[in-house]
Amino acid sequence: MHIVVCVKMVPDTTQVSIDPVTNTLIRDGVPFITNPYDTNAVEEAIRFKDKYGAFVTAVSMGPPNAESVLRKAVSIGTDRAILLSDRAFGGADTLATSTVLGLAIKKLNEEQPVDIVLCGKQTIDGDTAQVGPGIARRMNITQLTLVDEVISVNTEKKTIRVRRKLENYHEIIETKLPVMMTVEREINTPRYPTVPGRLHSDEVRVEVWSNAQLKLDTATIGLPGSPTQVRRIFAPEREQGEIMMGEGPDCSKAVEAFFEKLLDRDIVHV
Amino acid sequence: MERLIFLIVCLGAFAFFFKNIFRLVATICLGRAENRFDNLWSRCGSMFAYGFGQLRVIQKKFGYNHYFLFWGFMTLVLVNFEFLLNGIFPEFSLDFMGVLYVLLKFAADIMSLVVLGCVVLAIARRLFFRPYFIDQTADAFFILCMVGALMIAYFGQHACEIKLGHLEGGMKMPIAWALSNFFSAESAGSLARVFWWIHALVLLFFMNYLPYSKHLHVLTAIPNCFFRSKDMVATVPRLQFKKGEEFGISKVIQFRWKDLLDFMSCTECGRCQEVCPASNTQKTLNPKEMVHQGKVNLFTNSKAVFATRPADMLAPAPKDARMSVPLINGSDKSVSRKAIWDCTTCGACMQVCPVFIEHAPKIVQMRQHLVMEKAEFPEELIALFENSEQRSNPWGIAPSDRAKWAAELNVPMITEGVQAEYLFYVGCAGAFDSRARQVTTALTKILNAAGVSWGILGNEEKCCGDSVRRLGNEYVFDKMAQANIEQLKKYGIKKIITYCPHCYTTLKNDYRQFGADFEVMHHSELISSLIAAGKISPATDSAGRVVIHDSCYLGRYNNIYEQPRAVIKACSGGRAPAEMERCREKSFCCGAGGGRMWMEELDGKRIYLERTQEALRAAPDTIAVACPYCLTMYEDGVKDEKASDRVKVKDIAEIVAASIS
Ligand SMILES: Cc1cc2nc3c(=O)[nH]c(=O)nc-3n(C[C@H](O)[C@H](O)[C@H](O)COP(=O)(O)OP(=O)(O)OC[C@H]3O[C@@H](n4cnc5c(N)ncnc54)[C@H](O)[C@@H]3O)c2cc1C
Ligand code: SF4
Ligand code: SF4
Repeated sequence: MHIVVCVKMVPDTTQVSIDPVTNTLIRDGVPFITNPYDTNAVEEAIRFKDKYGAFVTAVSMGPPNAESVLRKAVSIGTDRAILLSDRAFGGADTLATSTVLGLAIKKLNEEQPVDIVLCGKQTIDGDTAQVGPGIARRMNITQLTLVDEVISVNTEKKTIRVRRKLENYHEIIETKLPVMMTVEREINTPRYPTVPGRLHSDEVRVEVWSNAQLKLDTATIGLPGSPTQVRRIFAPEREQGEIMMGEGPDCSKAVEAFFEKLLDRDIVHV
Repeated sequence: MERLIFLIVCLGAFAFFFKNIFRLVATICLGRAENRFDNLWSRCGSMFAYGFGQLRVIQKKFGYNHYFLFWGFMTLVLVNFEFLLNGIFPEFSLDFMGVLYVLLKFAADIMSLVVLGCVVLAIARRLFFRPYFIDQTADAFFILCMVGALMIAYFGQHACEIKLGHLEGGMKMPIAWALSNFFSAESAGSLARVFWWIHALVLLFFMNYLPYSKHLHVLTAIPNCFFRSKDMVATVPRLQFKKGEEFGISKVIQFRWKDLLDFMSCTECGRCQEVCPASNTQKTLNPKEMVHQGKVNLFTNSKAVFATRPADMLAPAPKDARMSVPLINGSDKSVSRKAIWDCTTCGACMQVCPVFIEHAPKIVQMRQHLVMEKAEFPEELIALFENSEQRSNPWGIAPSDRAKWAAELNVPMITEGVQAEYLFYVGCAGAFDSRARQVTTALTKILNAAGVSWGILGNEEKCCGDSVRRLGNEYVFDKMAQANIEQLKKYGIKKIITYCPHCYTTLKNDYRQFGADFEVMHHSELISSLIAAGKISPATDSAGRVVIHDSCYLGRYNNIYEQPRAVIKACSGGRAPAEMERCREKSFCCGAGGGRMWMEELDGKRIYLERTQEALRAAPDTIAVACPYCLTMYEDGVKDEKASDRVKVKDIAEIVAASIS
């Protein structure tokens, strides 16, 4: 079994703020971390390894320092790490990102057939949740989004049964491998790396693939290949709240009025 | 003929004894290397004070019983030496010592009676008024009976010999002389040898039984006092993170040799159990048991190692030596995981242990194995570890918020080029915890009022890594310590003030292993010196009746007891603060140390509640603390006890700030 897991390096968004004057992100001194959803994707991949002896490859597209998130993946058990890094990939939107990732995984598929592609549900910076499905489309494989539980894998019949978390209900789906799966945070608790794992990951060679290897048409990747354009970045205005005061010892009136307001604004439903 | 038999028995007994001693030494040598041969003079001092002087033993009243037993024994060792040689060479006698010899015989006579009395008392204590922390083992009774038998045989023999005129009685051996009246000349004649043989055989048997019983400490306790740690509370050694090494301890042979000697030195007195906050609140951890488990684990596993190599070898066990019993979890010869996580590293056990056993570092090193090799730890710690590593604070708050507390206070920033004598190292609690921030603000006021030249590192300050280290995550601590020291050196920091005792001891003591040598002051030290120098003069008495709590990391770890008391005294119109039942060296942990601050406390009574109730028994208006963790714990406790409206919990800095208006 061969699992490919996609990990993205993101700025620690709790530490990012928006410059109110220029409306640009203030990223100075903000540390980069592994996209939190992707830590669950890696953990799930390693669980396949623990259970079925799967071979796990981690892939990331990003600048050279994105190597750090790959090393993290290696520290908990990923077998191979590939960084897709080229100036030509820069400025990509979700379309161009999935083009590059999709092709890279296709190449890996030729070396050793890929059974499952694992992605996080979304990133904490771009937040689009489009890259996973984009990869599936380009590889022409089934996509299972929003998975919060892998119920079973039948390695002989090559099928997988998962649970998807939808707004008001869960959906259980069984389908044939290969699949692309995006995972919810609830799917697992990522393990903590052991020190031997970390020391190993410090030494492991991260393969860097540039467009020289992928040979993609430069018009389909990077900024030129990105139809999405960012017009403006701004912090949404936050509506001022209000303070409600009750009168006298009986609070039932105030509570009633409070719920009226919540109902009015569609915050709760009856 | 009789002499020949005795010679054979005696030689056999000694051969067996020395074989056992060699085996013990070889077992100790299985441990890893560590230099405990430094400062030989002060080590000798420790040995005389605590080994021979029994200073810690007599800190408890019943310890005097042991004191007399011990000294009775010391006297009798000489006499018994003569006794054994005399059995082989009947002409041998120590009488060339002259007056000293007479004195020795006299002392032995008296001491034998004292020892007999002590034995009776010890048996009675175990039978009728046994403290809960002492186990009623057959072994203990057996040993006591043997000692009793030795004394009785000694008197019997000497009384008979006095009767027979072989010995001079009178005031030179008053007790044997008095007893000689109970014997007739014939019975004395026949019984003298019987007593002699009983004495001889029990003595030789006793000597050989020691290594197999808890009385092994008779042989090991004195060396253990000699090799004791010279730090107030021993910390774990620094590790080298090289590939292929194992980190932390999962096999008993991975301990350092002194740890193995520790295991062999336990007297099973139970004093550590009596003071341990975990044991006192029905947790799994019992330090006495932990040490005992270490001992049986060592003896079981050392057999396996000895079987693989020449019998006369004295060397550490090979790294890959296979253990027949695991050290952590697995059998009654192992330490349970639960126990390992229960420890608050408060150091109370080490403070009372009469033979200076070092419990806490052993526990932390076992944690190191669980964290670094296995990544198996209570799940609530994952967040702590990741937050500490990624955001350099336990809560995971954005580092850019670290100096928020200082926003409106006009605090001098060393990072912005302010030249200051002292760095005020605020610490994570002081910077992020809303309650502790009030203390930070109070301290700011004091520093300014006293005209101290100070500044902070603002958002650039990093977590010291205390909890991470005590929880066994040495790898992350190692990185944090190095980064911190590098940064402090970059800003040319020489003197540091801390408010948190955990920052204090980490910067002052732990960082020393990483090459740091800062002059670190706890705020209680600084404030007391400012008051003494008249730089601030507290006027109003706002705290009422104050009861004081000694933080483990301030008191036992750093010997700071007087300064906080002096500060409170100055703010209370010269009145000394009230004390709790357990105070100063005997202070009881608030429950938050050793990383327990970040863990669930699922078993037994909450430690903070046990301690808060004790504080409330002193009927205070204010409970004074000098640590942000203690502050949180007491505030929770006071809330739980529904005493918030009448009792306030305050840091000493707040008490001072309120009284300098
Ligand atoms: C409004 C908007 C503004 C943008 N602004 C910029 C900009 O200013 N500069 C810029 O360079 N880009 C910009 N982008 C591109 C975008 O941020 C990402 O680089 C890329 O499109 C991935 O989208 P996402 O982060 O939403 O991923 P999602 O689709 O939310 O990610 C889902 C999963 O796909 C995988 N994945 C996503 N990206 C990668 C990757 N690079 N490597 C490996 N796995 C990956 C991960 O498993 C992830 O969990 C912008 C995109 C949008 C829509
Ligand atoms: S350090 Fe404290 S909690 Fe730990 S074993 Fe000793 S007394 Fe108990
Ligand atoms: S470890 Fe020390 S205090 Fe505890 S039982 Fe043993 S000798 Fe006594």
